Amino acid sequence: MPKDSGIGASSKRREDLRFLTGAGKYTDDINIHGQTYVHFLRADVAHATINSIDTTAAAAMPGVVQVFTGADFEAVGGIPCGWQVTDRFGEPMQEPRHPVIAHGTIRHVGEIVAAVVGETLAQARDAAEAIVLDLTEKPAVVDMKAAATEGSTKVHDDLASNICYDWGFVEENRDAVDQAIKDAAHVTTLELVNNRLVANPMEPRVAVGEYSRSDDMHTLHTTSQNPHVIRLLMGAFVLGIPEHKLRVVAPDVGGGFGTKIFHYAEEAFCTFAAKAVNRPVKWTSTRSEAFMSDAHGRDHVTKIELAMDADNNFTAIRTETYANMGAYLSTFASSVPTWLHGTLMAGNYKTPLIYVNVKAMFTNTVPVDAYRGAGRPEATFQLERVIDKAARERGVDPIALRRQNFVTEFPYATPVAVEYDTGDYEATMAKLEEIADIDGFAARRAESEAKGKLRGLGVNCYIEACGIAPSNLVGQLGARAGLYDAATVRVNATGSISVMVGAHSHGQGHETSFPQVISEMIGIPEDQIDIVHGDTSKIPFGMGTYGSRSLAVCGSAMVRAAEKVINKAKKIAAHLLEASDADIELKDGQFSVAGTDKSVAWGDVTLAAYVPHNYPLEDIEPGLEETAFYDPANFTYPAGAYACEVEVDPDTGKVTIERFSAADDFGNVINPMIVSGQVHGGIAQGIGQALLENCAYDEDGQLISASYMDYAMPRADDLPFYTVDHSCQTPCTHNPLGVKGCGEAGAIGSPPSVVNAVIDALQSGGKNVTHIDMPVTPARVWEAMNNA
Amino acid sequence: MYAFEIERPSTIADAVNALKGEDAQALGGGQTLIPTLKQRLAAPSVLVSLTGIGEMQGVCQADDGAVCIGGATTHATVAKEAAAHYPALADLASHIGDPAVRNRGTIGGSLANNDPAACYPAAALGSGATIITNNRQIAADDYFEGMFSTALDEGEVITEVRFPVPQTANYQKFLQPASRFALVGVFVAQYADGVRVAVTGASEEGVFRWSEAEAALSANFSASALDGLSLPADGMIGDLHGSPSYRAHLVKVMTGRAVAACQG
Ligand SMILES: Cc1cc2nc3c(=O)[nH]c(=O)nc-3n(C[C@H](O)[C@H](O)[C@H](O)COP(=O)(O)OP(=O)(O)OC[C@H]3O[C@@H](n4cnc5c(N)ncnc54)[C@H](O)[C@@H]3O)c2cc1C
Repeated sequence: MPKDSGIGASSKRREDLRFLTGAGKYTDDINIHGQTYVHFLRADVAHATINSIDTTAAAAMPGVVQVFTGADFEAVGGIPCGWQVTDRFGEPMQEPRHPVIAHGTIRHVGEIVAAVVGETLAQARDAAEAIVLDLTEKPAVVDMKAAATEGSTKVHDDLASNICYDWGFVEENRDAVDQAIKDAAHVTTLELVNNRLVANPMEPRVAVGEYSRSDDMHTLHTTSQNPHVIRLLMGAFVLGIPEHKLRVVAPDVGGGFGTKIFHYAEEAFCTFAAKAVNRPVKWTSTRSEAFMSDAHGRDHVTKIELAMDADNNFTAIRTETYANMGAYLSTFASSVPTWLHGTLMAGNYKTPLIYVNVKAMFTNTVPVDAYRGAGRPEATFQLERVIDKAARERGVDPIALRRQNFVTEFPYATPVAVEYDTGDYEATMAKLEEIADIDGFAARRAESEAKGKLRGLGVNCYIEACGIAPSNLVGQLGARAGLYDAATVRVNATGSISVMVGAHSHGQGHETSFPQVISEMIGIPEDQIDIVHGDTSKIPFGMGTYGSRSLAVCGSAMVRAAEKVINKAKKIAAHLLEASDADIELKDGQFSVAGTDKSVAWGDVTLAAYVPHNYPLEDIEPGLEETAFYDPANFTYPAGAYACEVEVDPDTGKVTIERFSAADDFGNVINPMIVSGQVHGGIAQGIGQALLENCAYDEDGQLISASYMDYAMPRADDLPFYTVDHSCQTPCTHNPLGVKGCGEAGAIGSPPSVVNAVIDALQSGGKNVTHIDMPVTPARVWEAMNNA
Repeated sequence: MYAFEIERPSTIADAVNALKGEDAQALGGGQTLIPTLKQRLAAPSVLVSLTGIGEMQGVCQADDGAVCIGGATTHATVAKEAAAHYPALADLASHIGDPAVRNRGTIGGSLANNDPAACYPAAALGSGATIITNNRQIAADDYFEGMFSTALDEGEVITEVRFPVPQTANYQKFLQPASRFALVGVFVAQYADGVRVAVTGASEEGVFRWSEAEAALSANFSASALDGLSLPADGMIGDLHGSPSYRAHLVKVMTGRAVAACQG
């Protein structure tokens, strides 16, 4: 019987009522008395020296409050990077200053060159056109390999080169890996591009800065996945505002996908300018601005080699990747191609030796940072593509080759520094074979061929490291912040509960799923419980939502806080029931004394806590509110197996996805409907990356996919009906809920199966095509068929 | 957007008058012009809205059987009202953009704009349509003058478009994946006096007639008539979404499919 509430129930998403009826409250809905508007003048060239900026005429235009340039921000800090990577020679990465407004040099199209604060947006925009820029253009650095060559133009003159770091992992294994590859019976090599993407959340970024002279209080309303992280970075590193004088509010946020983790210049600007002009300052990104100022994702160029023995056992993996950082280091940019990528290179397989080399490059492009999956999709893609290629080269079934090499015993310590706590890759693969009806593929292929279409089947596995992250471990790896989370469970006098959480919900459904957990623990209805999130003045200092961490880390904090609450409530109940604490049981919202019919309701106990007339005041404090901070002992390791079936039109190269199946192991599942929804969305983005999305620059550093006219987002009719299953559950062994996280799986797990399927289809048609770079557009498929 | 005045005339004569003003510009459905204004790429002082002009609305059939479409008729209206008279044209209109675009965008706006990837130019050229303006009639063959360029004079308004109805016709649109305009679109129409083949999306010169295919199909109206033909890649558009040779190839494939669809 499916449950109708609590853990395991598909409770309907309560937040959807406001989202779907236009009653959500987003940052752009915030309008404050006396508010001004900022228009940013953005660079339309990729690389230039700024000789001068003349704002005289602009400042005199109607409605202009103040014009700002880089010179106004010389005294404040740069936008910080939150992770210091150490290169393979033991040196810290090169870390350029990242100014709020360009000062002296323009380094990418879209960089802020000046800002006009006006009474109206139109006036600010008019005035920006009157700003006179004197620029000397420089050659743009766009291609990563060219950027790495001696003598290349430098993005940052004050750095030694365009190489942010040259990272080796595990450096000590380098020689052993080289040797294993030399000794191998077979080596499969694949060179590929992991295409640059623009996250494109439905809601563009918005920031409203506010300053109160009466109490010297700064408030920033912003579209963020993690208001406390923004307060920390902006307050401590950029503007020098102590925490108690800075409030950051992220109300309803219309999608983040990683791109709203980062601290952006516009946030610092609005906060700074609000004090400077002593009025609120609002910025709402246009979609065009979003394309050239939201951090982009992916953008790796990789060579991977997979070595095997004569029996097709994997013996070593060696990779070399160029990872684009863009012009500056965004908040977590440096960690994505390293600790979120290299550590996942073992995948689901027991390859004994692995060496990952990553050269992070500065280029004259928008900064690149985490996007749904962040590093893990890049690792999964290359690994699952090279395995597929290896299976073809060896003439073995790609599923069998994977199975043969699966990790089967847990815990499993990989050669890339992580330890998988639990998993059952055979189970998810078997489930996939069932739900994808792999046995029926041959018949479906025959049907397609009868229609003149080529049909292909692609399969892949994936593993990810979620529940980010154990603070002591990431601290050793260079993280400049802790990655625990926090929750306060506040029980009100009549028994209803507010839970203040550090996690931020921007589509994930926390407002529904978190109360399910508390409801299960206490036995009161879900609607008696509310989540409060997104405001640093209301919530404990938690680190927000990314890396599929909300439930695994913040949910664990919530459980711990609720346990403290329940323990205390039991003491109160024991007092009321004149029994011993140890004998009190809580079930269905009733405290009872074991083995008796004596009981007291949850609401009576909570009332007693706040009206402590009959209360053990000598032993316990009144009130019922507890906070817990939770720092995970390890990452969690969701894993699964995905299958995609495509049809290729041999005349046009057009690929259509006919079937898509996903068998995931997320450990325990709180709300199966929400989990399915997360997987659906992730797959949509994965298919988008595989077939459609392509953020492209020309050699001058102009963004040529700068609008939806050229940047193809997946639409409903590009996508099939998915079959998703998460009944294979090996609970996480180290968090109280046994949960692993599901937010990124779809985006991580889907691109390889799509491309594997296309290659399978083309080969079935006699075309010797072994790889096509994403997005696998009709034009690329056609070129590949023609060149085969 | 820069500030502008808006005029809403109710007759063609008033519209033509209003358009005589300096920097005045016609506004159809605004599906091309409004985004351009928002990006501040144009700065008309007056917009003259054509959508309130009754004489420029709707679909009817002339005595000679031609389908006449008012210049301010939306794509959605054409999709609905031309279906009985000229199904291929109605079908083309029903696949332009999305419902919002179809409910606003107009045939006159589309033909005046002459986007090299737009659909209506292929239908007009492929049908040998007549573009009727406030002061003359222009044969489609004389109307399209290259990307975003037409025979229209300053202030001239497309009031009606007349499509002779073919025996059979079909439009095949291969979608540009992002914009969903035509990466290549081919309109094939068979008339008693021969076959017309108009191609959009492909050429740097905008919509064009593929005369070799027309000759071959006029002699033998079947997809196999195209077998020996090929279109040179020279002069085809090359961009993020396809090379010139890919577009040239698609023209042939889409032409064949259009012919097959005519026979299906
Ligand atoms: C999201 C989207 C998708 C689209 N997809 C497609 C597609 O798949 N295929 C396609 O063909 N088109 C597509 N379009 C374009 C659409 O069809 C537009 O409606 C059309 O290009 C312009 O028509 P309009 O009535 O909106 O003209 P407007 O934008 O109002 O005007 C365009 C130009 O024509 C002039 N003009 C307008 N009406 C007249 C007239 N009667 N006489 C003289 N000049 C006039 C204006 O002055 C202006 O210069 C799409 C547009 C959008 C926004």
